[in-house]
Amino acid sequence: MSAAVLTPATSAAVETREVSWARATRLVLARELRPVLRDPFSVMFGLIQPLVFLGLFGPLLAGSLRATGAFDDGVWQWFVPSILLMTTLFGTSTTGSNLQMEMQTGADERLLVTPLPRSAQLVGRALKEMVPLSAQAVIVVAVMVPFGFRLHVAGAVLGLALLAVLGVGIGSLSYALAIAVRKVEWMFWVVQQTLLFPLLILSGLLLPLESGPRWMQVAADLNPLAYVVEAERALFAGDLASAAVGGGVVAALATAAVGLAVGVRTIVRSSD
Amino acid sequence: MIRTSGLTKDYVVSRTQTTHAVRGLDLSVDDGEMVALLGPNGAGKTTTMRMHTTLLRPTAGTATVAGHDVVEHPARVRRHLGYVGQGNGAGHVQRAVDELISQGEIYGLDRRAARRRAEELLTGLGLAEFARRKVSELSGGQRRRLDVALGLVHAPRLLVLDEPTTGLDPHNRANLWEHVHRLRAEHPMTILLSTHYLDEADSEAQRVVVVDRGRIIADDTADALKRELAGDTVAFRAGSTSEAGRLAEMVARLAGARDVVVQGIAVRATVADGPAAVPELVRAAAVAGVAVLAAEATRPTLDDVFLSLTGRSLRESEDAPPDGGSGAEPESEPERAPARPTPAQSTPGQSASGESTPGQSTSKNRKEAA
Repeated sequence: MSAAVLTPATSAAVETREVSWARATRLVLARELRPVLRDPFSVMFGLIQPLVFLGLFGPLLAGSLRATGAFDDGVWQWFVPSILLMTTLFGTSTTGSNLQMEMQTGADERLLVTPLPRSAQLVGRALKEMVPLSAQAVIVVAVMVPFGFRLHVAGAVLGLALLAVLGVGIGSLSYALAIAVRKVEWMFWVVQQTLLFPLLILSGLLLPLESGPRWMQVAADLNPLAYVVEAERALFAGDLASAAVGGGVVAALATAAVGLAVGVRTIVRSSD
Repeated sequence: MIRTSGLTKDYVVSRTQTTHAVRGLDLSVDDGEMVALLGPNGAGKTTTMRMHTTLLRPTAGTATVAGHDVVEHPARVRRHLGYVGQGNGAGHVQRAVDELISQGEIYGLDRRAARRRAEELLTGLGLAEFARRKVSELSGGQRRRLDVALGLVHAPRLLVLDEPTTGLDPHNRANLWEHVHRLRAEHPMTILLSTHYLDEADSEAQRVVVVDRGRIIADDTADALKRELAGDTVAFRAGSTSEAGRLAEMVARLAGARDVVVQGIAVRATVADGPAAVPELVRAAAVAGVAVLAAEATRPTLDDVFLSLTGRSLRESEDAPPDGGSGAEPESEPERAPARPTPAQSTPGQSASGESTPGQSTSKNRKEAA
């Protein structure tokens, strides 16, 4: 046994205190971000997908839809907000898979026994995806400006904030999904992919839905993402006071509220 | 520290089948005690631990931990509790020191205090040189010590250890216990641990609670359990078969003697106090002129206790879990055959009663022997 180099671990030396919800969320966020920041290559890697879509899908989109007049404002004004929203969806909808990993190893269980509020764990984990996203947004915009993308700074900042609200909702739902299917882990990806692509296409994010059949437009009307897409385009165009922005804010807040309610409920019920 | 009564956990498997993982458990742990839950896989140990740590909601019954009800005030219970689960508490992609600091901050330490506390624990658990290592790069023993450190960050009054040494080699097991004992000497705390290692329950805990099929079947110090539920074994070799018969009669008169067996020149029996019985019998044999060639007293193990309580060996129970319906408890860790403690042996005239502590325990609390 080594000599007593140890400072007595008395409880007097350790003063614990209740932590505010905001601080708890920040702690979860910081903990989740640490490995990402330590490995910036993962953020760089995350850039490949949006740039591929911009570089390969964007020109095709412009070419095939020029006749319809959908892009009077320029294809990039229409498509850059789409790419950012898509990256948010892909990022936050995988929140649950990080959790799956920690459920397997036991780290999640350890955090559940700490006084951390459950909702702070949901929000912190979902927001973690927004930090690399913001970095990616800066790069995407910087790359696209020479190609004619016009940046409205205030609109872009608000646009990212709106994405963060939506991201909390999607991230929480993803978290809840991971808990719900914890006994059959591959099920997570089946459900995630099965839901993600229809939602994505039916939001008018990749292609305008105006040319689609009526039922698709009805489906889009019921899809909160469609409202957020419209709001993002308005914000990135500097059109801050439009009705589209209002609709998008309501849709994003509703998604976040539903996501958190489902998430907290799922965590609580997982102890039954 | 812990007051539990009638604690029950049922899992509904299907409409017609319900698994009773824990059935009406009563448990009381006083401040500063170190109590081990011992039982085979699927006995309900982990389910019991998880209910006490607010990870699982009981179906019925109540549990009060550090003065707070686990169902009514789970948040208060969590503040006073350190928990080391079966898995790795430290996230594998994190660095050891970062996990300790963020754990400290979660309990409300400011960053400086959290950093100091992290360093203190890393040093205390022999992990100082691995502080900046990624958790996935640590060895199994190092990772386990880090888990214990995480459970101790807020200097809790109660530490719950769920099979802390499962999967560790004997060296790392001993090392972990050494650290736990030292930390406990410096900072008095109550420890509730679960284990299926017999020797661990025997040597580490002040009290052993034997759990089988969701029920507590015995609750006392290891010594008292062994004395009262198993008894010592004495074995003698007589000079001849006729002398063996006479020796057997003398053995039968020893205190608490039962199950006297004669086999050729060998005589075996279970007695209350083996190390005391050996010299007594050797003296009596000398007076009666009966030759004794060899004598031996064997202390019972907790496995003998479990055997006498359930009719099954704990190690057999490991291999073949109890029949369905009683305890399909989700214990995921791979199991290893528990090492059997070497029985204390004695030769006539030599005292081998180093571990004999008569009168240490007064309360025998045997609940229901199967």
